[in-house]
Amino acid sequence: MTALIPAPRTSAVLFGLWLALTPTTGPGQVLLGVLLALAIPAITARLHAADGQARRPLAIARYAAIVMLDVLVSNAQVAWGVLRGRWRPPKSGFVVVPLDLRDPVGLAMLAIVTTIIPGTVWTELALDRDRLLLHVWDFDDEAAFVARYKARYEQPLREIFER
Amino acid sequence: MSTGVSPVVELVAAGLLVLSGVLVLVSAIGFLRLPDFFLRMHPPALAYTLASWCVAAAAVLYFSALESRMVLRPLLIPVLLAFTVPVTTVLLARATVFRRRKRGAADVPEPLTSASEVAKPEQAER
Repeated sequence: MTALIPAPRTSAVLFGLWLALTPTTGPGQVLLGVLLALAIPAITARLHAADGQARRPLAIARYAAIVMLDVLVSNAQVAWGVLRGRWRPPKSGFVVVPLDLRDPVGLAMLAIVTTIIPGTVWTELALDRDRLLLHVWDFDDEAAFVARYKARYEQPLREIFER
Repeated sequence: MSTGVSPVVELVAAGLLVLSGVLVLVSAIGFLRLPDFFLRMHPPALAYTLASWCVAAAAVLYFSALESRMVLRPLLIPVLLAFTVPVTTVLLARATVFRRRKRGAADVPEPLTSASEVAKPEQAER
């Protein structure tokens, strides 16, 4: 059974996603969903660094809430920055963030969060995952930005993926 | 014009759609007018985050009211966007940094990984 379903969580998510995406749920769609849920993890097995390492649902929910809130705030900040750009251009630039997070799935999540929040662009990750290069839309103090980024976005992921 | 949906729901859904439109417009203005590639990477985030959330929320609200049941399917749009957009943006940013370094441009930082480290065989990658 474990050989047939090497990544049960991924398979379950894919199956659910397929049923949610198809407008009608007939036996044909269910069968197709099962096939996809079995085939995709098998085909992409060599890409999986780890499967199902995330624990602590409460911490995940809290993190999701923080990220969604910050997306709203950053949307307003970037929109305002664009509109007033002519007479006060944003102080943007590259920032190097030293990383403590090492878990590959955690780092992938950090990349998603960084991209999703307007105002930060994930630019480069050092080969040894020691440092991260970001382009930041508007910041005053580099040290303060790094401290906030690490505490707000990296630390919760360490708790979710590395404990 | 009665569609069987209360005017309050229609009003809120319309407001969400207008807000989404405004965000996309601001995003487009920034994309058009900002002077540097990396600056231009930031405004599109408005379109693929809050603007798409507003459209999804409006769809959930309106069709839930219309069909008198919870219609949550539109929420898949922002979720799938969140997982697919980073692939392109990270790739674009990486490609630009790479090309500028190749050209010897002074406006991008040094590589985080030195060439000698890259040449070393990778160990314990997993």
